[in-house]
Parts: sequence; structure tokens; C-alpha cells
Amino acid sequence: MRKSWWKIVCVVLLVYAIVGGLLLPVPALRQLQETIRNLYYHVCMWFAMMILFTTSVVYSIKHLRTLNYTYDIYAREYAAVGLLLGLLGYGTGAIWASYTWADPNNPAYASFGSIVREPKLIGAAMAILIYFAYFVLRSSITDIDKRARVSAVYNVFAYAMLFPSIWIVPRLLPSLHPGQEGNPALNFNDIDARMRMVFYPAVIGWTLLGVWISTLKIRLTLLKEKSWLNE
Amino acid sequence: MNKLIKALGLGLFTILSCNLGFSQDQAGPVEMADGMRQSGKIYVVIAVILTILAGLIFYIVRLDRKITRLEKENG
Repeated sequence: MRKSWWKIVCVVLLVYAIVGGLLLPVPALRQLQETIRNLYYHVCMWFAMMILFTTSVVYSIKHLRTLNYTYDIYAREYAAVGLLLGLLGYGTGAIWASYTWADPNNPAYASFGSIVREPKLIGAAMAILIYFAYFVLRSSITDIDKRARVSAVYNVFAYAMLFPSIWIVPRLLPSLHPGQEGNPALNFNDIDARMRMVFYPAVIGWTLLGVWISTLKIRLTLLKEKSWLNE
Repeated sequence: MNKLIKALGLGLFTILSCNLGFSQDQAGPVEMADGMRQSGKIYVVIAVILTILAGLIFYIVRLDRKITRLEKENG
């Protein structure tokens, strides 16, 4: 194992996020009840996704500046793990929403119509599909140099599209999703101090797990491509 | 051999189901104080999640070690 101190930090923070996240006191809200604890898991997925996508776009720009193929591998793997976390965020959000937004007097599928019209959900789905297109684009170009360069440019656009689709547009439209007027969970007024004690370590822990998986994928790809990378 | 196992299994099942019947007959609170049964059994959930997390971490650590070994071999 390489550079293992932050990996230990990652494990410790995740154990704390689970034990503390399920046991420490949380504010009692009528609509959320105990599901408010999902903040430590569902919201962290999006935070980690955003951080990994940012890392990915940084490496894409580095690739465009230097045309070093290694940076292209970095950008690809960070985007792949970011996308995985995004999908997990979307799936966990779907579960959470179906128990808190759905009309309790109707079965869950009767509220489906109002849930799928949520601008946050549509925006997140768009962002995820745009990143899917990044991988489709990559795999459709066989020439390695061209693939690296075109996908790096596309990655910059995909990252730019993240902001309108998940940050700006959902805020302009009425939504059931919390955090309409600012950053959900970052705003000091709408998150309890007790929750922040678990939330920030949880964000760091989940992000480190994402980075850990990404570095493993990067090292594996570098091993596979080694034969011609050093030529 | 098979018959023997079947017979043993049947016997064991009978004994266990007798016990089950017995314990249901005894009414009243017999609280066995252990942490895993308190607070709506939330500790059981924590144990389950921590087990899954431990399994995943163990897996990722093994993967990390394997890749490190490959890197050294090809180094």
C-alpha cells in the first residue's frame, strides 16, 4: 500500500460517519424525522462527486496544456468514480424523496408525477447524462491522441454544464428539495451545529474513499498502458 | 448415512421447536440487558453497516496491495 495515512483517515472518518451519524442527536423535524440522518450519506455523495469532477477537469486542463497522456488517464478515472458517486446520490435521493416528499395519504406511486417534475432531479439527471456522454465520446474515438484531446475539451464543457444544471436552474424554479436559497447543508442557518460535527467529517471521509478508488483505477490503467507510455 | 442425518435433523428440529413453544409461554418482561437490543435495536443496524464497510475496506486494501505488488514486479 502506498501513502497510507490518508487511507486510515478515510476509514476512521467513515466509521465515525456511520456510528456518529446513526447515534448522535439530530433535530426533530416533522417532515424528515430520523431520515435527516441521510444528510451524512446522500448529500456527501454529491459533495464527493463535485470534488472528483473538479479534480477531473483540472487534470483535463493540465492535459490540454502539456499534452501529457498520464493526465488524460487521471481525468478519466476521476470522472468515472465521480459519476459512480453521482449515480449513488441519485439513487439514495430517490429512496429518501419517496418517503418524505410523497403524499402520505396516497401510495408512493400516486405522488410519482409531482416527484419526477422536480427541477433538482431533472438537473441532476442532465448532469449525469452529460457525463455519460463523456465516456461514450471517449470510447468512440480510436485514435489515442485525438481521444485524449477531444475528451479533455468535452470534459471542460461538461463541467461547465454542471453549474446551470445542478446549481443554478433548480434554484430558480419552485422545488420540494431543501436548500432553495443557498447551498443546502453549507448554509450555517439551516444546518444544526450538532449535525455539522458529523457532516463535515463525513464529506471528507466519503471524498477520500472516492479518491482512493480513483487512485487504484489510475494505477491499474497506468500499469496496463505502461508498455507504450514509456516509449 | 443420509437417513441418520435426516433423523438427527428431525430430532433437533423437534427439540428446538419445543423450546420455542416454552419460551413463548413464559409471559412477562424478561429483559436481557445487552446493548444490541436497546434503542429500537439501532445498534444492530450499526453492526450490519459496519460489517459491510469493513468488508469493502478489506477488499479495497487487498486490491491496493495487489496493484502495489504488480507495480513492483513491472517496476
